Amino acid sequence: MGRTAAGGIGPIGLGVAVLWLSVIVLLPLAAITVRSFDDGLGGFIDAIDAPAARAALTVTVGVSLIVTLINVVMGTLIAWVLVRDDFRGKGFVNALIDLPFALPTIVASIVLLSLYGPQSPFNIELNATRPALVIALLFVTLPFVVRAVQPVLIELDKEVEEAAASLGASNLTTFRRIILPTLAPAILSGAGLAFTRAIGEYGSVVLIGGGIPRETEVASQYIQKQIEIDRFVNAAAVSVTLLLIAFVVLLVLRLIGGRAARREERAG
Amino acid sequence: MTPSTPARLSLRTLALGYLGILVLTPIVLILIRTFEDGLLAFWASITTPAAISALTLSLIIIAIVVPLNVVFGIVTALALVRGRFPGRGIVQAIVDLPFAVSPIVVGASLILLWGASGWLGFIDEAGFKVIFALPGMVLATIFVTLPFVVREVEPVLHEIGEEQEQAAATLGASRWQTFWRITLPAIRWGLTYGVVLTVARALGEFGAVIMVSAGVAGQSQTLTLLVHARYVDDFNVYGAYAASTLLMLLAILTLLLMTVLDRKRKTT
Repeated sequence: MGRTAAGGIGPIGLGVAVLWLSVIVLLPLAAITVRSFDDGLGGFIDAIDAPAARAALTVTVGVSLIVTLINVVMGTLIAWVLVRDDFRGKGFVNALIDLPFALPTIVASIVLLSLYGPQSPFNIELNATRPALVIALLFVTLPFVVRAVQPVLIELDKEVEEAAASLGASNLTTFRRIILPTLAPAILSGAGLAFTRAIGEYGSVVLIGGGIPRETEVASQYIQKQIEIDRFVNAAAVSVTLLLIAFVVLLVLRLIGGRAARREERAG
Repeated sequence: MTPSTPARLSLRTLALGYLGILVLTPIVLILIRTFEDGLLAFWASITTPAAISALTLSLIIIAIVVPLNVVFGIVTALALVRGRFPGRGIVQAIVDLPFAVSPIVVGASLILLWGASGWLGFIDEAGFKVIFALPGMVLATIFVTLPFVVREVEPVLHEIGEEQEQAAATLGASRWQTFWRITLPAIRWGLTYGVVLTVARALGEFGAVIMVSAGVAGQSQTLTLLVHARYVDDFNVYGAYAASTLLMLLAILTLLLMTVLDRKRKTT
């Protein structure tokens, strides 16, 4: 059988795949990118520099950074407890971690509103405040760091830690000098995914966040409102800014990840 | 690192306390709120005409999206694994792109491409409505679910290699026969896993779909839009809880299915 350059499905298959990806993914993103420059570069800058747009982007990035930091600490801690500790019901707790990914985002919003909304049984009303945004985003991003760190912790060689301990290293020293450097790439990659998810999130914050302009309105809510009032350039410019932030974060992560992998290869 | 018992216990308490407050409490609370008036009230609330129509629309969208994702997902995976063509890295990156794009940006992009004032606005003007109609909701759902089938089938194709397919070809099998008899049976569990992820995400998608839906109750609402509309427009908090619980039960079902499939995938 003559093997074509495109492999088992031939050049037609490759063409179909590329066409599919173009129509579904590339063309819409190209449309929004070009539309964001409808009024030129100046128009783009004006659109993201408008006070409401700037406020929405600042709130989004600020809250997402807080959420990412909490995820780094708590995610690593939860992964450690799930791998190294032993207690009854561990399997249940482990399954609970995946729930935020399986749950529709609007359900996450309703679930959190039942606890922190006007009908809160504990009288903690956080509805339409920035802490509510943080809680909603912590809920939907919970699995990222935990699931990134867990497999690395399982693989981690215990002998090195024991050697360190027998040489008199304290737990804190062992953690800082042995465990943390090994976990760092996984923590970073989980943190990056959590951050990119957080800046684009809509469903889980739409009800509990309240969308108060310059207070709790996040970028995705701003985009949605601008589309509704036909301010397409404004919506497109903020969308492209979100895409750029996500792109840069993922690119930096890939570079760091690649460097860590190479270092490991050399060491091994 | 072997922390003392008190240290280990406090780490465990911290991790479990965090999960308890963030995830478990709100979910238990919403279950209590849903079922405190009995199963009948819950049943009545999820079988109203609007609810039935929402469930039907969600199922219609899934029925269109899943076959398309299966066919084009397999073609794309085959092209990526078996093909050696320039720009493979770019195609790989495009497949991952939907995961990094905010659902609202997806919706906005589709409006700016297919909407009345979009690049392909002539289709809308010719009388075929894409945006604020079913085709738009389908396009939005395909966009956000596109990576699943490709990413689940790809590693299996890598693993099985090409020897069997080549042997079949040498024995005179046509490309179709080889695909149906050799390739498809080999990738079936990976494919099923990808389909489950696609269905779960399609059921749960909110942001991208609400942007392109006409939002008419009992006509253009999916289950997630119903949750939102009941809470925001109808002030029907109980109805929102009940519909959320239905979606939550479906999500838990998905998680169970994934666990079962994961075992199958690893043993066969």
